Amino acid sequence: MTVPAPYHLALSAVLFTLGMVGVLVRRSALVVFMSVEVMLNAVNLALVTFARLRGAVDGQLLVFFVLVVAAVEVVIGLAIIVDVFRAMETVDVDDVDLLRG
Amino acid sequence: MAVLFGVVACLALAGGVGVIASRRPVHSVLALLLVLGSLAVDYLLLDAQFIAVLQLIIYAGAIVVLFVFVIMLLHARSGEVARVPAVLPPAAAISLCAAFGLILLAVLTGAAIPPAAVGPAFGTVQEVGRALFSRFLLPFEAASIVLLIGMIGAVVLGKRLPPSPPDAARPAEGPGGGR
Repeated sequence: MTVPAPYHLALSAVLFTLGMVGVLVRRSALVVFMSVEVMLNAVNLALVTFARLRGAVDGQLLVFFVLVVAAVEVVIGLAIIVDVFRAMETVDVDDVDLLRG
Repeated sequence: MAVLFGVVACLALAGGVGVIASRRPVHSVLALLLVLGSLAVDYLLLDAQFIAVLQLIIYAGAIVVLFVFVIMLLHARSGEVARVPAVLPPAAAISLCAAFGLILLAVLTGAAIPPAAVGPAFGTVQEVGRALFSRFLLPFEAASIVLLIGMIGAVVLGKRLPPSPPDAARPAEGPGGGR
């Protein structure tokens, strides 16, 4: 581990913040979804870093499960986005407000 | 190795900025691919070979392709819908900066833990697989059920209604309710 762990963790923090900015700022549901993926990857990087830091492989297994759940999440989420587009002709999250009270 | 990490970190950050700043969703996907690839290299630096390969196969191979397909399906007709506001709302910007500063402060000023010594087998398919099939067997099987449910859900959600006769050329164009 030639590069100290705080550098990896700082990269993870910056990526997570970038993803959060994307979720808050962008209005296209697709780009919001990609920003969520960036956030998930930032967390994965932190998990892998801690796994290496502790010398235990458990963190990498957690990343494995995160990958599985992320894959399912993307499939379901994109299917929902396609459905929303079919129904409303838009994927702009500001326009999809049928449940707004 | 330090140089490689620097390059990888810069590429990942550039990709992260590209994801949220690109005007076209296709460019966002390519930037996302850049992030995923750089992080795969970073995983190699952290002795996680198996995770690095999984990252490339699952994320870069499957998820990005799925994104590209959906963009191809949607944005051919939806046009440009996304735009980045000129500035963040100040409250959001302040809270974001505060959260980010706190994280970075905690990361950089925390007690430096010396990394544990690991053998050459750390992070290989053998070791990860052994843990996966012994201590993590139940979550592993649960993951397969989650994947199955995801497949069924995607089929159910993506199933098109039978096209109405006057609109047969473009089926499922705004079916409204009924699903």
